[in-house]
This record gives sequence, structure tokens and C-alpha cells, in this order.
Amino acid sequence: MALLEINRDECTGCGACVDTCPFGALSLDEEGIAVVSESCTGCGACIDVCPVEALSLPEREVVEEVDLSQYQGVWFWVEQFRGEAHPISWEMAGKGRELADALGTTLTACVLGHKVEKIAQQAIYYGADRVFLVEDPSLHVYRTDPYAATLVTLVKKYKPEIFILGASTRGRDLAGSVATKLRTGLTADCTGLDIDPETRLLRQTRPAFGGNIMATILCPHRRPQMATVRHRVFEMPEPDTSRQGQIIREEPVMSEEEIATKVVDFIAEEGKVSLADAKIIVSGGRGVGGPEGFKPIRELAEVLGGAVGASRAAVDAGWIPYAHQVGQTGRTVHPDLYIACGISGAIQHLAGMKTSKVIVAINTDPDAPIFKVADYGIVGDLFKVVPALTEEFKKRLGK
Amino acid sequence: MDIIVCIKQVPETTDVKINPETGTLIREGVAAIVNPFDEYAIEEGLRLREKFGGKVTVISMGPPQAEEALKQAIAMGADEAILLSDRAFAGADTLATSYTLSEAIKKIGHFDLIICGREAMDGATGQVGPGIASRLGISQLTYVFKIREVDLEKGTITVERLVEEGREVVTAPLPALLTVVKDINQPRYPTFMGIRRAARMKIPVWTAKDLEGADPRNFGLDGSATKVIKVFTPPPREGEAEIIEADTVEEAAAILADRLMKKEKII
Repeated sequence: MALLEINRDECTGCGACVDTCPFGALSLDEEGIAVVSESCTGCGACIDVCPVEALSLPEREVVEEVDLSQYQGVWFWVEQFRGEAHPISWEMAGKGRELADALGTTLTACVLGHKVEKIAQQAIYYGADRVFLVEDPSLHVYRTDPYAATLVTLVKKYKPEIFILGASTRGRDLAGSVATKLRTGLTADCTGLDIDPETRLLRQTRPAFGGNIMATILCPHRRPQMATVRHRVFEMPEPDTSRQGQIIREEPVMSEEEIATKVVDFIAEEGKVSLADAKIIVSGGRGVGGPEGFKPIRELAEVLGGAVGASRAAVDAGWIPYAHQVGQTGRTVHPDLYIACGISGAIQHLAGMKTSKVIVAINTDPDAPIFKVADYGIVGDLFKVVPALTEEFKKRLGK
Repeated sequence: MDIIVCIKQVPETTDVKINPETGTLIREGVAAIVNPFDEYAIEEGLRLREKFGGKVTVISMGPPQAEEALKQAIAMGADEAILLSDRAFAGADTLATSYTLSEAIKKIGHFDLIICGREAMDGATGQVGPGIASRLGISQLTYVFKIREVDLEKGTITVERLVEEGREVVTAPLPALLTVVKDINQPRYPTFMGIRRAARMKIPVWTAKDLEGADPRNFGLDGSATKVIKVFTPPPREGEAEIIEADTVEEAAAILADRLMKKEKII
């Protein structure tokens, strides 16, 4: 049975739904009446635009599998690398605290690693009421199996209603595994999380289609409601060192012998600032013209203490490694400042950076699409403008 | 090696526009492509087959037109393709999708490696790969940038994974599941012979009934844990760009520095 129901008597054949469907599932038949194909995902976008309310999504009977009342509390995972907490975890703490307060419940942190007790204490300062601390040498470096097994065991034992994780590569790797093992819902890369006051459900908002549309998602019948959030989407809270909380030690679930994967080496990324963490990114595109063209870009980034990014055009041309690519097939970034040099602003590139706080565009083409999303623009040759900026900031920052 | 590649047909997002009056999405036509990351997955499968011999089977869950995506994989050189298509599979979130794909993989039988793209262009969750690995009880290695070694005697695979801080080198036992990123390879163009073979091939379609042993309550909308309740266009970035104009580059730079340091207070 198709997901969408079309009232053929009401339908006027205006075609508004056909144009709106993000999946191309609607069309008009020989009688000029709307028909829906199997591509329909039940998103409901068409229902909003139908002027005669001819479209509906019928209610489906749900088998209540889970006693939802048993699940309480908001949890977040604290990601660590080499014994230091990744700041994304504290952003989760801040949002988690907000959600817990809205629900009138507690906030719990899950800290896994080796010799990471100080991180557990930090979690309390950042807002957790309780921390589950699992320490073992086998947990020092992230691996999917032991981390997922441990979190699944903790969730089954303590039953949180909400569990959020940072959407770093590890976070996404881990969340996908944990959610499937728990047979629960997971929404990736949320840009908004809030509690519906009536239903007490977690409303998860995220972009789709390269950020051209936004969707709000619920996980009504399974628990915990899981979500991942990218770095720098939510604010970093202020730690409060007077906060008290409970640290509960739990045991790892897998022994080293049982863990099938081994991390045998690590190669650090070149450059001092990682793209994912950067507050400031200076990015080069086709206008850079060649690998040497990135020199002024790097110099400006260095003066500003920022990272170097690139558009797909520059990466595909071999001027800079893929690790620097910003965009739909590269990284999505949320810096405070994004300076786009010689980047035209193709939709796929914008998808990776348009939520930056401030965007500056430098391009010789005044009609380049990048100027439509920029806050500031200079129409000019980046090889003149960028060095001038570097000099100016050197003066002002005393470098 | 028996390699299974999971692919998805996705809409071409550059066709996505917003109706200025209603503020809703307009899709010009129904242009659909093989998810770009999946092309890298297909290519990696083909390279492994070239090195070790064996077979590359491509599978996809989707509406009937997803067959085009499978044909493109055949044209690139994949040996076999299977389309999972049924109304019962529709409306699936990542939980239900990974269930359907893993049930199909169980039916296919023996495999050494499953390769998926990092994520799909439309949903961009990156969750189905890990979901399949979880359900099949095999190791998952995501964000794979390079396969360093496959040791068929020891039954292991060693890869370089991209993490924020750099690259990790990880070894896992086979069978395993990889999700791959761009630049792991350069996907080949379909060959003339490939295109001909694809055009002639009748690609089997598996429906819900063909997945005997599966619990149909776990397919499609019924098997989904998440539900989309609203779709809307994001608010556009406020305002227009202040285009800084000055007689000299140095002046322009000074004005911009002023804005960023004094007005925006970012630096």
C-alpha cells in the first residue's frame, strides 16, 4: 500500500505537489489527477502545499515494543583522544543539560578510555550530574567493537531516554553501531535539538539535500532517542568547578583478546590546526590556479591561527590533499570565520560551509554565487588581496 | 574474493531549487545518479577483484528506477547486481534499510568484504554501513582512505582511516565492512563492452517475499524507528554581502580587518 493517500475527487490537478516532492514521487496521470509512486518516503512535504487538502498520510498501527516509562535521563558520550576530551563533548554537555532541565531529569556522561578520571571530573564541571567511567588499556584508542559493546551494556542497564554524541568521525562510527544494536532511532548531524513540551519527545532537526531542505524528526516508539551533532553547532558551555556529581565506575565489556580490530599506527595530519576544530578557515578554490597558489592562503591562515580549506576543484586538480576539502563530498565545517578565496560558491561547496558565522568572499567575478551567502566581499585578485590582508593582520596582531 | 558493494541511487542535488513564492522545494525533473561515494566503493571492489580474483556483486534497495544505478555499476565492470524493490521496503529509515540490506546479504551467502560509500548525498547519515556490520556481526571500518593490505591467508584487511587528527592504520579480520571516502581511488569510466553487457543484463529484483526468514515488520516504514514529521526550507542567510570597495588593496584590507576585529569581534 502506498504511503501517501490521494483523494482523487478533491484533487484539482494543480501540480503543486509534483513540483514540491523532494523524491520525484508524484506526477499527474492521464486524467490530470495526482498519482504517487514507490519513491514516496512519507515525508509530508506535499501535504503542506496542496491547496485543497487532497493529500494525507494515514496513521499506521504501531506495535508498542518498549515500555517507554522505564527510560529516563539524558546521556552524552565524552569523546577522548590520547587522554584529552574532545571539545565537541562539552558542546553535547551544554545541550544535554538544556534537554535534561526541560525534561526535569538528570544528565549523565559516558567516559571511556584509559587513565581518564580527570575527564570524568570535567564532565561534571560541564554539567553532568552523574558520570559512568569505564577505564581500561583496551579503551585507550577508539575502536568500534569495545566502545559500542560497552555503551550498549550501559544503556540496557540504566535505560536513558535520550543519548547524544558528537558527530565526529568516531562519533558517527560509534552511534551507527550502537543505535542498530539497540534497535533504536538515530538522527545524524542535528542542527537543532529540543523537547516537545506536550509529548516530551526529542525533536531532532537536521539538513538534507546538501542543506537545501531541513527536516524535523522524532523517534516516538524506541529508546533511547539518539542523535549526533556536529562540532561547533551548539555553544560550548562555561565549566563550573563548584559543581558536584557522582562518578560511577563500570567494567569494560570486552577483553583485549576478544577485540578483533587492532590499531597499528597513526599518522598525524599535517598543519597545526585541524579543519574540523578550526575557528577560522581560509579556503582556496579554482582561482588559486595551482599548488603554489595556496602559499598566500596558508600564510593568511597562519597569521590568523586558522586552518586551510579547499574547494573540490582545487582538490580534484591535485593542488592540495583531500583532507582539506570542504563541501558535500569533503568536510562540513562550522567556523566563526570562513574566508573563501577564488571559490565560486557551487551549491556542493556551500553545503559544507554556509553555516559559518561570518563568511568573507574574495573573487574576481562580482557575480560569483559565493557573494550571495557572504557577509563581506572583496571583488579582486586574491593574489593581491590575500597578501594585503596578511600584512594588515600581522600589524594588528603584532606578529 | 567475494565482494558485495551496497549502492544507492540519489537525486542530483544541483537540481534542487526553492520556489520564491511558497518557499518550498522544486525538483526539476527526476535526475538521479549513483551516489558519488558509492562509485568509489564500486571501483575499490573492482580493483580488489583485479588483484585477487573473485566476484563483485552490487546491491541496492530502492524503487524500480534504481536499476539504472546498478546497470552503471555493471557497466563499470561489476559481475552481478541485485535490486531490492518492494512497496514494503518504502519509507525506511536507516535502521530498516540496514535490516533489508543485511537480510539480502545473508541470502547471497558467502562474502569476504562489503564495501559501502561513506554516506549518501541526500540523507548523509553514514549510518547504513555500520548498521549492516552490526547486524551481520562483522568488523566495521569507516572513512577508509586506503586499503593497505589484504591477507587472504591470515584472513585480515589493513586500512588507513581518516580521523580528524590524521589517519589511523587499523587491521580487522575478514569478513569485514568498509565505508570509503573520496580519493581512495579514481573511479573508472564504464567501457563500451560494459555498457553493452549492462544493457542486456536482466537484473533480478528481490521483493520482501524473497527474503524468507526475515521479519517483515522490520522492513520499510513499520521497521523504522525515526519518523520525519516536518520538511521545510532553512531560513536564508540574513542580509546581503557588504562589498568592500577602496582605492587600494591595502585600504580594502584595512576596512575588512576593521569589520572582522571591531564589528564581528572574531579576531
